[in-house]
Amino acid sequence: MFFEEKGIYTVHEFTQAIKAVLISGNFNDVWIRGEVSNFKNHSSGHRYFTLKDKSSSVQCVMFKWYGQNLRFELEHGMKVLILGDLDVYEQKGQYQLKVRMIRPDGIGELYKAYEQLKNRLEKEGLFSPLHKRPLPAFPEKIGVATSETGAVLHDILTVLNRRYPVSVLFVPTIVQGEYAAQSIVRSIELLNRTDADLMILGRGGGSIEDLWAFNEEIVAQAVYNSRIPVISAIGHETDYTIADFVADKRAPTPSAAAEIAVPEKNELLGRISMYSNRLIQHQRRYITDRTSYVRELKKRVDLHLFRERLVNYMQYLDEIVQRQTQGIQRMIEIKRAMFSAHAGKLDAVSPLATLSRGYSIALKLPGKTLVRSVNDVEKMDEVQIIVNDGKIRCDVKDKEACIWK
Amino acid sequence: MEMSFEEKLQELESIVEKLENGQLSLDESIDLFEKGIKLVRECDANLKNARMKVEKLIEENNELRSEPCELRDTG
Repeated sequence: MFFEEKGIYTVHEFTQAIKAVLISGNFNDVWIRGEVSNFKNHSSGHRYFTLKDKSSSVQCVMFKWYGQNLRFELEHGMKVLILGDLDVYEQKGQYQLKVRMIRPDGIGELYKAYEQLKNRLEKEGLFSPLHKRPLPAFPEKIGVATSETGAVLHDILTVLNRRYPVSVLFVPTIVQGEYAAQSIVRSIELLNRTDADLMILGRGGGSIEDLWAFNEEIVAQAVYNSRIPVISAIGHETDYTIADFVADKRAPTPSAAAEIAVPEKNELLGRISMYSNRLIQHQRRYITDRTSYVRELKKRVDLHLFRERLVNYMQYLDEIVQRQTQGIQRMIEIKRAMFSAHAGKLDAVSPLATLSRGYSIALKLPGKTLVRSVNDVEKMDEVQIIVNDGKIRCDVKDKEACIWK
Repeated sequence: MEMSFEEKLQELESIVEKLENGQLSLDESIDLFEKGIKLVRECDANLKNARMKVEKLIEENNELRSEPCELRDTG
């Protein structure tokens, strides 16, 4: 048959053929860089995932005998370098990579280490706001630890010079590469032995690998232990290194660090001139106030005014005396009237009135006790009789009780 | 010992406030005013005469010293 001449593959045969072609190619022992996604750690112990970049993806399998020595666990989004061989998964007619080794891609691995260290130091309290030292408001000497080359030092000095010229103590520092962390630690320690009252730890932008020294624990500890407040200015605005978290203040750029470090000279000059104006204005007003007050006082002690006031007082005094005299006279009159009234009443009940009407009063001598009854006297007692115009002395001759009414 | 700029500025602030708020005698007020004006002049001069000094810190045999820094003009 025509078709038989041409040869007809079964699916399996076709797949096998393709596999043979692919496997014989140069796709063994290849390193591929990519990002992990759809990672599945199967219960069998084999790992399945997709390795992808922006525009392509490839299926991967890592059998458990290869995966045993993996020092970390895969995570979605992790960047990795993979060593593997091309393979064809016949059941699905898919090509895939049989992975033998996975290394975290530089950056991925660094991020992992970064996150791990960051979490640990955070727990240990290195980022605590309580530990952050306040920055001096007016630093006199600023330590700058950064690279001798590069724009960082220049940027910092430019801003400092413009805003608020201070003394700067620069420590050349290696900020990238194998010796960077040690160099940074040393610079921090050296500056702590000087009289600098603030330091800026700076580095220009770069990749996470370039900035790596600032993510090292020894650097974090040195910043934490620094006696002098530290402003960090590492990388670009979006880069956050561990040193940034530990620093007392983090600046987005070296120029910004210089701005944070010092006040603005012109603003200060403005403030001083404002104070000066307030001093002068106040003093002028104060003197004017005092002068007019003194003028006022002088007016009050004016002799003419004094005499006028004196006359006033004298008149007032006279008036009071007069009022007092009048008061006393009125009182006397009242008392006198009251006396006449009482005297009249007294007269009405007086025994003298009785005598004038012709009656007399008998008193027993010698005690002059009133004789009211025959029983008050005995025979031969001496009695005095008081009449309207005199006294009569008598002896009792006899007495007799009578009933008059 | 001379006061630091910060101390001078604080002193100046407090003098201005004291003058403005306090019921002071003429003598006290004139005294404070003179002090204030003196501080204004000093602070002003401090700022206007300030020049940046850049030194490089060098460690030799565990001894620290500094030397004037030769800046290459990168700008």
